[in-house]
Amino acid sequence: MKHLNEDQLILHYYGEAPDPAAIESHLFSCADCRAGFEGLRRVLAAANALQVPERRESYGSEVWQRLRPRLSERRRWDWKPTFHVSRWAWASLITAMLVAAFFLGRFWPRAEIPVAKLPPGQVRERILLASVADHLESSQRVLMEVVNASGNGSVDISQQQASAEDLVAANRLYRQSAERAGEAGMAGVLEELERILLELAHSSSRLTSGELNEIRRRIDTQGILFKVRVIGDRVRERQKAAARELARRNL
Amino acid sequence: MISMEESDAAAVLRVRSGDSQAFRLLVEHHSRNIFRLAYRMTGNEQDAEDVVQETFFKAFRQLNGFEERSNFSTWLYRIGVNCALDLLRKRRRHDEFQEPLEPDHGRGVFEADPHESTPDRLVFSIEVKRQVTQALERLSPMERSAFVLRHFEGMSIEEVGQVLGLQTSAAKHSIFRAVRKMRVALEPLMSSLR
Repeated sequence: MKHLNEDQLILHYYGEAPDPAAIESHLFSCADCRAGFEGLRRVLAAANALQVPERRESYGSEVWQRLRPRLSERRRWDWKPTFHVSRWAWASLITAMLVAAFFLGRFWPRAEIPVAKLPPGQVRERILLASVADHLESSQRVLMEVVNASGNGSVDISQQQASAEDLVAANRLYRQSAERAGEAGMAGVLEELERILLELAHSSSRLTSGELNEIRRRIDTQGILFKVRVIGDRVRERQKAAARELARRNL
Repeated sequence: MISMEESDAAAVLRVRSGDSQAFRLLVEHHSRNIFRLAYRMTGNEQDAEDVVQETFFKAFRQLNGFEERSNFSTWLYRIGVNCALDLLRKRRRHDEFQEPLEPDHGRGVFEADPHESTPDRLVFSIEVKRQVTQALERLSPMERSAFVLRHFEGMSIEEVGQVLGLQTSAAKHSIFRAVRKMRVALEPLMSSLR
């Protein structure tokens, strides 16, 4: 038997190797692999040093007491059937509105703005770039989850659907802001992304394999995941450049 | 005797039929597990508490989309992982605008084990915990999630894939990458023991 590779050793450590008896037998006779496995075992045992603070028996009740007012609040609003925006979605939306305000501000007479009260432009730019980059990363994650979803007969995408709903409003503001700022490439990708997010948000929360394949096909043929990744990388690069410039000026 | 899965399923049915108090049973059954998961994902007690709250809030909001044939616990873990990932992204963005802080040695991750009585062992134990925390922080969000679920939560690779919405092979490769990175980060320290 050839030497065992690291992946085989990892699977064996977790008890998921396809043929554990063969691995055990090899480890018994091969000092190199045995040493490799011991090294792996030591490192993974060390990871167990990460202790989790204990929670009391009554912890569940305490969580419930804190949660209950939020659930009641939501029930009072339930009569508005389309009003399903989470606290974090609101945060994204407000950030997106700030981005919109930033881009719009480029066309506004500067004399009317109390400049001394604003943070330096480059700090603002970094914050805004970080917001857009996070938005693109979250969108990418939702699309990846849909592309990788699997199930017998039908697939539950309710979580991805809820995330898509949260992302649509922020995406729209980022797209409009990019259009106004003349960032045609970014605006184009955000427009394609918005169509897919809207489709997910408005689809059934359970998809047949045919429906899921159709959405996957649309994501694939438009290359939307690749485009989102590329502009996300560009935004991160701009963010790093802005950070470097800021650090240089602070020296 | 009713299993936890059966009692979860009954509670879900009651919540769906309008009895929101039944959600309390689900919160009480799963809070400690979700806290443990969230703490290992975020490495911070307060963040973990926030993740617990957000997880149950989202679960309540999305309960109509939960399929009765599915396992409630797996479904809830998936929401918990996503909430923790969202928080880590927000924290990363926030940290970019903050001065780096000295590690808070008073927090749980760095708490010394009282049984490790000799000074050398105590120092070594603190160093191991510090390096494990740093190594986990260097993993990508997906690698960290996969590693926490497989290594600490003891899920099979197939279950990890279900929670993360990945094919089993993709989940497996996330775990492989995570373990390799952990090994690179921790092996020098562990070798110094020999």
